Amino acid sequence: MSIDMNKVATSNTTSAAIPRKPSKVGAVATWVDDRLGLATSMKKQIRKVFPDHWSFMLGEIALWSFVVLLLTGVFLTLWFTPSMGEVQYNGSYDQLRGIHMSEAYASSLKLSFDVRGGLLMRQMHHWSAMLFVAAMMIHLLRVFFTGAHRKPRELNWVIGCLLLLLGTLEGFTGYSLPDDLLSGTGIRAADGFMKSMPVVGTYMSFFLFGGEFPGEAIIPRLFTIHVLLIPGLLLALIAAHMLLLVYHKHTQWPGPGRTEQNVVGYPMLPVYAAKAGGFFFIVFGVTAMMGGLLSINPVWKFGPYDPTKVTAGSQPDWYMGWPDGALRIMPGIESHFWGHTLSWNVFLPIIVLPGLMFTILLLLPFIEAWVTGDKREHHLLQRPRNAPTRTATMVALMTFYGLMWAAGGNDIIAITLHLSINQITYFLRGAVFIGPVVAFLITRRWCISLQRHDEGVLLHGYETGIIMRSPEGGYTEKHLPISPARAYTMTARDREEVPVLETLETDENGVPKKRSPLAGLRYRIRTLMYADNIQKPTAEELEAAQHHAEHEHDLQAALDGHAADGHQFDGHHAVEGETLRGDH
Amino acid sequence: MSDETHDNLPALVPDEPIANPGLPEHTWRPTDVDERAAKRAERQVATMFGLAQVCVILFLVAYFTLKVGDNPTTFAGFGASTLALGTSLGAALLLIGVGIIQWARKLMADHEIIEMRHPVKSSDEDRQEALASLEAGIEESGIARRPLVRNSLLGAVGFLGLPAVVMLRDLGPLPGDSLEHTVWTKGMRVVRDVVGTPIKLSDLEVGDLVNAEPEIIFAVDAAGDPKFEGVALQVAKSKAAVILLRMNPGDLTPAKGRENWAVDGIVCYSKICTHVGCPISLNERTTHHLLCPCHQSTFDLADNGKVVFGPAGRSLPQLPLAVDDEGYLVAQSDFTEPVGPSYWERDSG
Repeated sequence: MSIDMNKVATSNTTSAAIPRKPSKVGAVATWVDDRLGLATSMKKQIRKVFPDHWSFMLGEIALWSFVVLLLTGVFLTLWFTPSMGEVQYNGSYDQLRGIHMSEAYASSLKLSFDVRGGLLMRQMHHWSAMLFVAAMMIHLLRVFFTGAHRKPRELNWVIGCLLLLLGTLEGFTGYSLPDDLLSGTGIRAADGFMKSMPVVGTYMSFFLFGGEFPGEAIIPRLFTIHVLLIPGLLLALIAAHMLLLVYHKHTQWPGPGRTEQNVVGYPMLPVYAAKAGGFFFIVFGVTAMMGGLLSINPVWKFGPYDPTKVTAGSQPDWYMGWPDGALRIMPGIESHFWGHTLSWNVFLPIIVLPGLMFTILLLLPFIEAWVTGDKREHHLLQRPRNAPTRTATMVALMTFYGLMWAAGGNDIIAITLHLSINQITYFLRGAVFIGPVVAFLITRRWCISLQRHDEGVLLHGYETGIIMRSPEGGYTEKHLPISPARAYTMTARDREEVPVLETLETDENGVPKKRSPLAGLRYRIRTLMYADNIQKPTAEELEAAQHHAEHEHDLQAALDGHAADGHQFDGHHAVEGETLRGDH
Repeated sequence: MSDETHDNLPALVPDEPIANPGLPEHTWRPTDVDERAAKRAERQVATMFGLAQVCVILFLVAYFTLKVGDNPTTFAGFGASTLALGTSLGAALLLIGVGIIQWARKLMADHEIIEMRHPVKSSDEDRQEALASLEAGIEESGIARRPLVRNSLLGAVGFLGLPAVVMLRDLGPLPGDSLEHTVWTKGMRVVRDVVGTPIKLSDLEVGDLVNAEPEIIFAVDAAGDPKFEGVALQVAKSKAAVILLRMNPGDLTPAKGRENWAVDGIVCYSKICTHVGCPISLNERTTHHLLCPCHQSTFDLADNGKVVFGPAGRSLPQLPLAVDDEGYLVAQSDFTEPVGPSYWERDSG
């Protein structure tokens, strides 16, 4: 294909464009810069480079669903009345007419039935909340599996974890607001959780509810937390998250020309701004479709909250499911001493466990840095297989989460699959401890196997699918070397060294100094972390392997005048005018 | 990778065993070299933006023509308004989004640019300068040399935390002993939930389960106003709700001191789960087991409400029953222990 260079854009160079004559944009920019002096800081940011990869989009989904949440949420506040004052319902929903209920519930019904687009906005708000939390979680997994949490990005990891925690709390306070039977049941359970806390629990419950459950303060208070306090914190933390992203520059996958020292990709203006901006409309559009087509949280079906009622199958929103599962499978242990009661059966699974899990999550980058002792900056991402122990650690945590989540639906599982709820519960009591260990071991070995496969591809080439028969009658599959670009990408990673425990210094009398127990522990963990990993081949190994391959190729070429080198049918090369066996 | 590496600079991936081939050459897209392809892409993008406007018009038409409220317009059994508004808005947004991305992919320049990274930390000179300024500032303030000023300031600011905490005191009353009592009293009738009718022995067959309340929930004063209303009613109901179950008297195994708490095989238990406080009412008729739908704690009503399965730590509190002169079921007293979930100050096994 000949290229007509006249039609090619010439402006996309790395040197700054100098306007030939003052443009309208230039005039506006000058007016702004005279007053704000932004040009100094913006000159680099306008064409800032962002690398491209589909997995970098996950965080964007979270960001854009937060914007959708803000927009739809403001709409909802215009009609929602955060009050537990009792009213008689006289709206359009026939089945509840004449029933006494709180103003919060009545206004939720009004939004659902009497405000045009109200139900759409309610459903979009709820769907985007689910999307928000889900996208944050998957984004977190992507970051961890690819090593993007390493120095210098540990603090952004911490901010991200806080965002996940706050997003979850925001979700809980949000679905508690309509004051329907389901949300009231959730609040009542939360009252029970608070009361399980030693010493302060009862007071916290009385202060939060403004007296005994349910009181009349909880809905207005949750409303303020939901629309002011947490969104404010979320906004501030999201701003910090984005600023750090810009300052650190985005991580990138290794590849030809992509190193630790550079970042390769498209400029912010226009390509990245367009792609990200367009993606905002797509996330918004998908949420609108979901809000219009998929029913969620039909509060009118649940009825107003009544403290004497509950429905079977009561469940929190999915992201609250895992601590609820822990609550369900915990054995009923209570301690009674000195006139006090400590209900371990509630306190451990719902107060201690989530706090513990969150702390572990928060500390993961710091624990890893301590174990590896690596103090360098890392901007190139790692494939999950190239950090087997780290990948296995996260999979173990995911398995724990998943089993707890399954426990949160033990009644649904029992009914759907016709199983005994008791046996499911007994099974999960063991599985939440055994499952993560099994998952860790399998994942770690699986990663190492994948590393072996990579090594094989590097040394012996890829499988062509061409079967060769030797004169002796043996069959072998023909392997061909991979492209230098792919080989470089696969080897662009660190060579890990299994640590050697440093020899201890001796004091003046020749007695070795004592090693700190922490150093010994670190040595053992680091050995476990690296010992079985497959390191990339050295240049010599690679050369030897290539030499061997060439030799074999020569042998095979001699079999037939025109060797079937396999290129013809491997999908990587043109096949025009070539046949597998020459003229045959 | 020894501990002594204090190098803040980016990790260097050595060019081995394979040398970096460098960024691959840029390949031109059809829209870069073929004016017709570019025009076609331009038309596609513009069509999408145009259709988005049509969708917004459809949204407006749907908003003003489709009814909500008393007599809503329906479509295949669904509320037509929500359906039409959601799909037209969604389509408009998606068309704009897809259009912009098509524009970016087909028409905007697609040369990859290389930007060099810099160490995240400041340069050593900047760091020293900042440190020197910081030290000069601290030195000039004298905060290190005058510990009295420093410590008294820390104390004063620290004390400001107290008003911040103390001012939250009025969020709610102190618990006192309010969790230990319910509105049940000696001789109060047990009435049916929702309707409030009293219950005679003969009303219940063996195996019947009734959701019940104390009579006072439905009581009215001399002026005809309910005694309990609004919050007070909700608080009273959330602790006093009970369930009645009639079984064969022979099935009951009352604990010591509870021998006369049942009337003809009718027992009365708190409906509030001792786990985290959900109202329980899933009855297994053949086993006299009661299951909480929230976390599946199961209580044996034939055996003093004992926990037989699940996370609850304590038996369901039992309400001692009697029959009044007119033959209606009444309470012998309030519950003898606090109902609902455990809490720190609770003083009983």
